[in-house]
Amino acid sequence: MRLSRGGYLIREGFRSIGTHRFMSFASVTIIMACLIIMGSVSLLSVNIDMLIKDLENQNEIAAFVDDSIVDPEAAEALESSLLAVDNVSSVEFVSRAEAYDNFVNRYDEAIMEGIDETWLRHRFIIHLTDIALMAQTKAELENVPGIAKVVARLEYAEAFVTIRNVVSVISLVLIVMLVFVSFFIMSNTIKLATFGRREEIAIMKMVGANNGFIRLPFVVEGLVLGSLGGGLAFIAEWGIYELLTGRLVGTLTGSFIKVVPFRSMALVVLAFYMGTGILVGAFGGVNAIKNYLKV
Amino acid sequence: MVRMNDVTKVYDSSGTVALDGVDLTINEGEFVFLVGPSGSGKTTIMKLITGEIRATSGSINVNDFDMIKIKRRKLPKVRRTLGVIFQDYRLIENMTVYDNVAFAMRVVGASSREIKKRVPYVLELVGLDGREKRFPNELSGGEQQRVAIARALVNSPRMIVADEPTGNLDPVRSLELMLLFEKINEMGTTILVVTHEKELVNAFSKRVITIDGGHVTGDETGGYFTHETE
Repeated sequence: MRLSRGGYLIREGFRSIGTHRFMSFASVTIIMACLIIMGSVSLLSVNIDMLIKDLENQNEIAAFVDDSIVDPEAAEALESSLLAVDNVSSVEFVSRAEAYDNFVNRYDEAIMEGIDETWLRHRFIIHLTDIALMAQTKAELENVPGIAKVVARLEYAEAFVTIRNVVSVISLVLIVMLVFVSFFIMSNTIKLATFGRREEIAIMKMVGANNGFIRLPFVVEGLVLGSLGGGLAFIAEWGIYELLTGRLVGTLTGSFIKVVPFRSMALVVLAFYMGTGILVGAFGGVNAIKNYLKV
Repeated sequence: MVRMNDVTKVYDSSGTVALDGVDLTINEGEFVFLVGPSGSGKTTIMKLITGEIRATSGSINVNDFDMIKIKRRKLPKVRRTLGVIFQDYRLIENMTVYDNVAFAMRVVGASSREIKKRVPYVLELVGLDGREKRFPNELSGGEQQRVAIARALVNSPRMIVADEPTGNLDPVRSLELMLLFEKINEMGTTILVVTHEKELVNAFSKRVITIDGGHVTGDETGGYFTHETE
């Protein structure tokens, strides 16, 4: 294809956006609306996931050191063995003196009367990478030489895993449904936009235009409208997210709720929006005119 | 040049036999009227020539292309040897007169320089000089049909196929248009005009092919169109 011809077809794509202003506006708006709905559910899902993971992290395992190891330094030396166990993400040593102080601080000192630190054991507070494997990790920790007992709240872990799985499945189903519905709506809007131009395409065919010549302006138009829809959806999503999370955090100050900052996801969201917009715009346009080319 | 041998066309959807064993030859440089009543098969012949539909059986050759074996992607090549004109003009509404004509040249990959040289010449030939920047809806029916003729002519086709080109025009404009076709024919382009306007056909002493019920029922050079149409 000659450069001048390519330039002409690209210009035609842009010209067509202006000529069919209303349908261009409708396409951009629908792409934008669908992306915002899809994106919002995805971002909500990301935040719920983070919240659950945060709660999971608070579910820790306590590994008690054998009574025979009295020296704190000797007990702390077990840390490397514990870290070597699969699925252990962090280990914090608490000497029995520190544990005693914690008890005293937490409860009434009167309860601790007649009890000193020697009644307690040195211990490690252990966090896991995946709490779904808590039972297995607990068993491995119990086999570490020098560890007398491991206490883990397996029932809580199971509950969290169940909640996380249910939320993941619901989010996934919702997102997949929204993706299908959105693609259906977006492609139908583009079909509607091209329906009014079937006569124009028939004329092009009758004067001897090949399919590539007819398609290219539609591809350019789809790319421009799709990226415009994606870009505007990204800006709108950012605004909506900041507004809603700002209000949520403001209302629930001091609570356990934390939100994922939009900036940390901005690039991924932008890539998803622009990618989907361009894909739907360009392929949707080409797909929509497919039937009109069979003349 | 068009050569049809024993062509039959049965529409799959309705089972209607539109053409039944049609033999037809139109030679290079001829001016031919294809006449017949509504539903006689005129439009089917035209669609077979332009490749819009395929024959059920028989052989068709259009400007050296075998229209039975031709692949769909090769159809643009056939159409570039033809200039097609319709009753309803089929102009692109959001393009100016100039662009509607230039568009046909862009399709075949003509350079901007060629377009700038050729389009004004063709517009002048059809009597539309000075109307370049108008849009189709700013023109009369006769003028719009002239734009369609300019578009059909601009790539110097070997043949012009016009389907009821005067259907929306008054008698004076119709006659003017036929005179224009005659002028174009004198320049060497083959003309095929599909029509059922008896008086218009009889005003010219040209070859008249009559079709009725999917059969060729008459083929007379310089003859008159005597069939009752509608």
